[in-house]
Amino acid sequence: MSILIQNIFKTFGSFAALDNVSLEVPDGTLVALLGPSGSGKTTLLRIIAGLEIPDSGSVIHQGEDITHYSARDRKVGFVFQHYALFRHMTVADNIGYGLRVRKVPKAKIRERVGELMQLIRLEGLQSRYPSQLSGGQRQRVALARALAAQPTVLLLDEPFGALDAKVRQELRKWLRRLHEEIHVTSIFVTHDQEEAFELADRVAVMNQAHIEQIGTPDEVYDQPATPFVYDFLGNVNLFHGRIRRGRLRLGDTVFHVPEHAAVKDAPAVAYVRPHEVKVRAEPNGASGIAAVIKHVNSAGPLVQLELERVDDGSLLSAELTKDESSQLPLQPGTQVYVELKNVRVFPDIPPEPESMPESKSALESSPLEKDHA
Amino acid sequence: MNADVAVAVPKTVGSAQVRRAQEDPAWVRWGLIGLAIAVVALLVVVPVVNIFAQALSDGLAAYWSNLFDDPDTLHAIKLTLIVAPVALLANLIFGIAAAWAIARFDFRGRTLLTALIDLPFSVSPVVAGLMFVLIFGLQGYFGPFLRRDGYAIMPYLMSILAAGAFVLLFFLFRPIRATERRGLWDRPVLVVLAGSLIVFGVAFFLQQYFDIWPHNQSLKIIFAVPGLIIATAFITFPFVARELIPVMEAVGVEEELAAISLGASGWQMFWQVTVPNIKWGLVYGVILCNARAMGEFGAVYVVSGHIAGQTDTMPLRIEKLFQEYNLPGSFAVASLLTLVAIITLIAKIRLERKLPVGDGRQKQEEARA
Repeated sequence: MSILIQNIFKTFGSFAALDNVSLEVPDGTLVALLGPSGSGKTTLLRIIAGLEIPDSGSVIHQGEDITHYSARDRKVGFVFQHYALFRHMTVADNIGYGLRVRKVPKAKIRERVGELMQLIRLEGLQSRYPSQLSGGQRQRVALARALAAQPTVLLLDEPFGALDAKVRQELRKWLRRLHEEIHVTSIFVTHDQEEAFELADRVAVMNQAHIEQIGTPDEVYDQPATPFVYDFLGNVNLFHGRIRRGRLRLGDTVFHVPEHAAVKDAPAVAYVRPHEVKVRAEPNGASGIAAVIKHVNSAGPLVQLELERVDDGSLLSAELTKDESSQLPLQPGTQVYVELKNVRVFPDIPPEPESMPESKSALESSPLEKDHA
Repeated sequence: MNADVAVAVPKTVGSAQVRRAQEDPAWVRWGLIGLAIAVVALLVVVPVVNIFAQALSDGLAAYWSNLFDDPDTLHAIKLTLIVAPVALLANLIFGIAAAWAIARFDFRGRTLLTALIDLPFSVSPVVAGLMFVLIFGLQGYFGPFLRRDGYAIMPYLMSILAAGAFVLLFFLFRPIRATERRGLWDRPVLVVLAGSLIVFGVAFFLQQYFDIWPHNQSLKIIFAVPGLIIATAFITFPFVARELIPVMEAVGVEEELAAISLGASGWQMFWQVTVPNIKWGLVYGVILCNARAMGEFGAVYVVSGHIAGQTDTMPLRIEKLFQEYNLPGSFAVASLLTLVAIITLIAKIRLERKLPVGDGRQKQEEARA
């Protein structure tokens, strides 16, 4: 185990940034800390780097407790969100700085800087200043600078946050390849789920100072552990209903949820992703929900529908492929029948008066209330 | 046809409106410009030129002898060249410390400290001078003691300085990597406490038994050079800190954190990252501070007692020569101070372009991104 984080607490004044957070990062893996801003992910990264000291808890690096080590004794490379390149030093001096402060001979520094310039494919730009580089180039220099002293852990704080979409795509692929080449244990912070899924071996989803779920991208996306994770990873339809002995009633429709058979009678929230909403022109048995099309957006590879349920007037969204949509009469005002696949149900959420689906406030407060229970 | 007219008409109307909205009539523009030039010429250019004309009115040889043949004038020049750099050094150290505290830390009383740094700007220099007379003067709080046995504080002062130097050296020579610190190097609290006590004790013992500094002598602060330095330092107190705070805030803390995360010690970070980033702000502050320190009159006038050949600085000497109807001599010294001012002005304009303050740099970066 390369990095082991145990029961970290950290508060800033009255604000809890990290509340009993534990995380394991195996050797050579690329782990993403994914969460909205203010969820504590950057604080956790800074604690691992030694730029922030936890109130309690410990950081263990290859069996050694490094909680109270200074940043320089940790063999950790840190890449800042806004690069933080030394503006008065050339690219070569920036990359060599970590070696210079460790009193490495000049010839060796030059050699290592040359190596890294090749790795980041910026040969020939050694004597440029950071202000003469593009955003993507600066990001790569920042990465090379962090790697120069051969850290055993690489930490990246929103590494592509300040770049435009196209450069971000390229750099992501490049970083993934680089990680496959050098295999340094890496942790990066992001609020972009796509980025986390594309790059990371494992994803830790954070919310309000907690880690909600840790797993591979597939696990986290397909089996969200909490309503927050489900909602954070992509668009979602939200239904409030009641669950009775494995049967979930949403309006006039009943779903079988055998995994919650033990629950006698409790309010529940059900989530369905828009692409798991199947739309038919004719009812198919009892499970179809009648709805009226309100809006159609067919730009892009998928057709997005906004529907209003006939029974309770609540809104839901659906995504169809172009093939599926071509067989349906998709005009606003048309009545269609909706079938829900892969409904994920979270019981035990305190009852709420008949509210609209998509009500975000109910969602965001739910993880907290779960904790109190 | 219709289309042509429709296009052409709004164009002329639009441009006429734009011109009217952006530009004042010619007579307003030229009137204001002329007024500004006239005022500057009358109040600034003519007097400055006049200083040099008056100073050189008796020829270069007389100018030279006015400056360097009068022993009192020569002493005043030398005294200014002592007082200003010492005050400058004190304010440089204080300014960096204060700017660091205000720009980097969030603590109780931060706003109050920022306000207090500006206090010397708002206090009349004469009042500032009186303040020090009331503390250190004969009728002041410390006056009687300083007069009776002022040098008695020297052993304590020197011992404290020696102890401070010891603590500084300990942290300078300590191994940088925590894992390499063995024995006493790893016990900073013990070493600093015990070591500084020992150093203090030794220095104090040396004084008690070997009388390195004389006993039973009055230490003159008011009407002497220490008073001049204190008053000048007080007046020029805000310049360095005032210049540095916005520079340090604009540079931000991230590069320093990056240096730390790359393994730099606090000392390395300060000299290799912080100082290069703030150096132009520092130079700018020092130049302004120096100009003010050399030209300070009010506070220095009160504390100096203007004893010719002893406590007269250049501004005081100018006034005295003027009072004695020695106009060429007075203007000769004045021309020196004016020269300092002009050099300061040129340096200031050149440096302002290099400062990271303002949005110039950010705009450049945005334009590139």
